[in-house]
Amino acid sequence: MSQNTLFDKVWDLHKVSSLPGGSDQIFIGLHLIHEVTSPQAFGALKDKNLKVKFPERTVATVDHIVPTDNQSRPFKDNLAEQMIETLEKNCLEHKIRFFNIGSGNQGIVHVVAPELGLTQPGMTIACGDSHTSTHGAFGSIAFGIGTSQVRDVLATQTIAMNKLKVRQIWCDNKLSKGVYAKDLVLHIINELGVKAGVGFAYEFAGPAIDALSMEERMTICNMSIEGGARCGYINPDEKTFSYIKNKLCAPKNKHWDKALTWWKSLKSDQNSIYDDVIKLDASKVEPTVTWGITPGQSISINQQIPLLDDLSPNDKLVAKEAYEYMSFKPGQSIKDTPVDVCFIGSCTNGRISDLRVAAKVLKDKKVSKNVKAFVVPGSEKVAYEARQEGLDQIFRDSGFQWREPGCSMCLAMNSDKLIGNQVSASSSNRNFKGRQGSPSGRTLLMSPAMVAAAAINGKVSDVREFIN
Amino acid sequence: MKSEFIPPIGKITQINGQCISLIGNDIDTDRIIPARFLKCVNFDSLGESVFEDDRLTLNGRHPFDLEENKNATILIVNSNFGCGSSREHAPQALMRWGIKAIIGESFADIFYSNCIAIGIPCFTLPKTSIQEIQKTREINFFLEIDLKSSIARSKDLNFILEIKESSRKMFLSGEWDATATLLKNETLVEKKFKELPYSKFEYVN
Repeated sequence: MSQNTLFDKVWDLHKVSSLPGGSDQIFIGLHLIHEVTSPQAFGALKDKNLKVKFPERTVATVDHIVPTDNQSRPFKDNLAEQMIETLEKNCLEHKIRFFNIGSGNQGIVHVVAPELGLTQPGMTIACGDSHTSTHGAFGSIAFGIGTSQVRDVLATQTIAMNKLKVRQIWCDNKLSKGVYAKDLVLHIINELGVKAGVGFAYEFAGPAIDALSMEERMTICNMSIEGGARCGYINPDEKTFSYIKNKLCAPKNKHWDKALTWWKSLKSDQNSIYDDVIKLDASKVEPTVTWGITPGQSISINQQIPLLDDLSPNDKLVAKEAYEYMSFKPGQSIKDTPVDVCFIGSCTNGRISDLRVAAKVLKDKKVSKNVKAFVVPGSEKVAYEARQEGLDQIFRDSGFQWREPGCSMCLAMNSDKLIGNQVSASSSNRNFKGRQGSPSGRTLLMSPAMVAAAAINGKVSDVREFIN
Repeated sequence: MKSEFIPPIGKITQINGQCISLIGNDIDTDRIIPARFLKCVNFDSLGESVFEDDRLTLNGRHPFDLEENKNATILIVNSNFGCGSSREHAPQALMRWGIKAIIGESFADIFYSNCIAIGIPCFTLPKTSIQEIQKTREINFFLEIDLKSSIARSKDLNFILEIKESSRKMFLSGEWDATATLLKNETLVEKKFKELPYSKFEYVN
């Protein structure tokens, strides 16, 4: 059993009681809600005649269902309009802060909370969304929950949960040029598999992780869940603290000093004990692209789609399903695969640094005529910053559509969808069957820079050929 | 659709029913319930849309469409079932279709806790036992699951099921619906909050 890791410290600090069955009751420091997984939870509160226990510790925004072309109200989609209205009503009734469209702070919940300074080291954070693991980048312990647990957090600010084991993933050396956090996390998931993280929290550590910016660290922790770990985290350091400083909801003045002293005491001890440790060499990672129907089915840009015989017995079943669904042949190169749609956005890669990297590749270039390309900023703040820097114009000049913030085609709950068996080059996090809105749509996950390169060439390309 | 849906309530000690096999690893929650069905403010109509896209693709040959499976209540799956999104809509859709328990090689974490929270026990069995059940050509393969002993009995086979002890106890005591249990410790929760270093930081601006 792990000892003295950041996970152990934060868990123990937030443990309210041991429950009769053997799980723990854990206090949730920050609860984030959105329109998709909260209405039934508020409904259940009403049925049980319960109030929200700590309304000031829940924060809401709207992201999954918002249109990205025209956000004027009422939305064209009646169901989407009904969902945002329900959230507005619930927040008003229960006195919950809601960052609505036009507030300047609306966006994807996992983009918004860090940029507001709500996400802080040493906190427990829960949200009815599996990518809540993103917030672990700040040294918080953050995990996705279902609607019944959203109800529990609203009613009690706690949940019942079994303590997770801790696996340290130590990344040596540094990423090479043209290789990004997305490539590293896809590589990790490929190495360990999509279910290795079940029952674990992942601690990402080592020189390659230390070298990453906060936004890159968020990309890594965001995709912990794709490796099966509902929680992933990175020990906080000076980068963490300076990112938070002066943010809207960050502690200020004497509170800042107190917070900093506490945060600095929070990392895993030198002699901590882990349930498992994995080491890998980040300098060996190359631009990585998924070829299949799980985020673990990825290869480097210059590799071929694996042959069945090269796979472990456990991976064969899903590989067969993937060849068929993707219409790929084993042994085929992924490079030069034609793409129909290019999507830059999502809680994985929809932040300002992602847009900067993609814009750099696209500057003075044109998107291929055969490609529909669009960029969806992760939040209103990201969109504002991008406009200030002129990035929106670079995207437009290249042929990308510049959209309004939201989750968009990561999960296609709005009108941004693949059609038929289109192939998308996507900076999002899931390449599941049907994920991007068409039951036969095909998704290739890659970094935003690689999506930009694919958009220019109209086919999967090595972004390193674009940057010197 | 089937007869009227009645959600489980109270102690769950015994689940008897016909099995339905779904073969495949890493079956994600987007497949169990595609995202377009999440545009709802209640779970009521999800049962009919379970596995919608997979069922359309298989055009009537999907296990959830076969006539002989229409009364099945125990779902038999392979490894990492329910991976991906945290949407509780996935187990809600399975439950509203008629599933009362799931036996598999392994489950994704969030899916598992969602199932427990709504009263669907999830058990694990070794791969070989799962395959033994899935290979059976016998239509109407029935199991009697006893949560006290964690044993599943069929006409001629017995399986020793694994389930997290905390989950098993919650089903036996009827405390799987956690809200009431958590509410009991209200004073402790308030005390805990005051002890947290960040409860003293200025927070709202």
